[in-house]
Amino acid sequence: MKHFSYERVSSPMEAAKAFERTPGARYLAGGTNLIDLMKLDIEAPQHLVDINRVGLDAIEHTSDGGLRIGALARNSDVATDERVRRDYPVLARALVSGASGQLRNRATVGGNLLQRTRCVYFYSGDLPCNKRQPGSGCAALEGISRGLAVIGGSEACIATHPSDMAVALRALDAVVETILPDGSKRALPIAELHVLPGQTPHIETVLAPGELITAIVLPKPIGGAHRYLKLRDRASYAFANVSIALIAHFDGPRLGSLRVAFGGLAPKPWRVEAAESGISSASDAANQIVDVALSGAHPTKQNEFKLSLARRALSALLMEERHRFDDNT
Amino acid sequence: MSIDIKSEVTASAGTLDVCFTVNGIKHRLEVDPRMTLLDALRDVLGLTGTKKGCDQGQCGACTVLVGGRRMNSCLSFAVMHEGDEIRTIEGLASQSTLHPMQASFVKHDGLQCGYCTPGQICSAIGALDELNRGVPSHVSEDLNQIAPSDEEIRERMSGNICRCAAYPNIVAAIREVMERQP
Repeated sequence: MKHFSYERVSSPMEAAKAFERTPGARYLAGGTNLIDLMKLDIEAPQHLVDINRVGLDAIEHTSDGGLRIGALARNSDVATDERVRRDYPVLARALVSGASGQLRNRATVGGNLLQRTRCVYFYSGDLPCNKRQPGSGCAALEGISRGLAVIGGSEACIATHPSDMAVALRALDAVVETILPDGSKRALPIAELHVLPGQTPHIETVLAPGELITAIVLPKPIGGAHRYLKLRDRASYAFANVSIALIAHFDGPRLGSLRVAFGGLAPKPWRVEAAESGISSASDAANQIVDVALSGAHPTKQNEFKLSLARRALSALLMEERHRFDDNT
Repeated sequence: MSIDIKSEVTASAGTLDVCFTVNGIKHRLEVDPRMTLLDALRDVLGLTGTKKGCDQGQCGACTVLVGGRRMNSCLSFAVMHEGDEIRTIEGLASQSTLHPMQASFVKHDGLQCGYCTPGQICSAIGALDELNRGVPSHVSEDLNQIAPSDEEIRERMSGNICRCAAYPNIVAAIREVMERQP
């Protein structure tokens, strides 16, 4: 591991100032992804600003009935919070479907959003990767692409965003709050946080240098049936081939409104709002949604299975929810 | 004089001071910021019960309890743990009495080679505490009313790999402790 200097800060503003003051700085939160990448020299910050004690770990109500989750709240604490389990179960489900018990105790929600891809070529220092080394090429295009993106990628990069939590946040229309070194603050809809790779896959978010995520804000609860389905190559502790965050409202036996976000398919949580409107028949909803949401997909031979898997998974989820409704009436 | 030399070395090597408590004993360490908590426990404090497996957070052999919560000590820098209370496998038994989880692993033969065992035991203690605190898991049918089961144990222990595949006995060992709890 490359040498770095280290400092511990006690407030978000102090953190942002420390970042601005020191070239090559990075924020260090749970460390579950950054430290791993530093061991492999994929990340080599010259300075670490430890933000674990800046006091951003509270989960509190917002004035309009939503919930503000401090960026340093640990994944397991968010999944356990009574209000999250009751009002935003899709988020609790997504959180506990990711990583292991040990990692969830340590990983923060801010860090979860900013974690890097698990593409094997990003992790292989001796092979080309435009995300790791801009301009070096993409070994995944002609390589092992089973787990990689089927939509939203480019000829420069087909890495997926690995977060489960972010997929649920996308379905919930969460907002990401940040602070910049100049002291200004902004609030970004989760849909706008991550950017598609295009020709610059090393740029993954719209955050400015030193911009620190301070909180994730969940809007007022919208009710409905919440589901998070994660399909992977083993039963636990694996990244998704396909995941679906679903929030469905039934109007009598008919499907009212619904929201669908996909994970494992794209460089960011994938949701196309236009695909969700005009759906009335639950029996064909999955086909209608997938046809629109995943139109323009460019799968490889190895990962084209994800398209039909996503379609069938959504169909199964909607059927289960429909039956649940029937059973309850 | 010796103090001066020491501080000079400290400055040039870029080491940092950190204080934390391990198994009830307070330690003050001078560490390279790159040193993981795992390496500090093993190489500085000589507590080699905690094992290094993958060193990437994938195998769980390095699991320790920090503030009572299980975590991978390989994915954390020692300097991050100022003031923390850390418990390792060496701190579980009291005098000559094994911790109930240790005794249960012995009783159920929850190991073969034993390399993953310290991590398995610390992780199991953390996992049962989480179950008691109502932390949900991927297999919890009801997020608000978690029913203890073998399935829950297996899911919650998925961050600990056993290459000897002693899993059935590990689950049996944890189940016995789980069922004895109020």
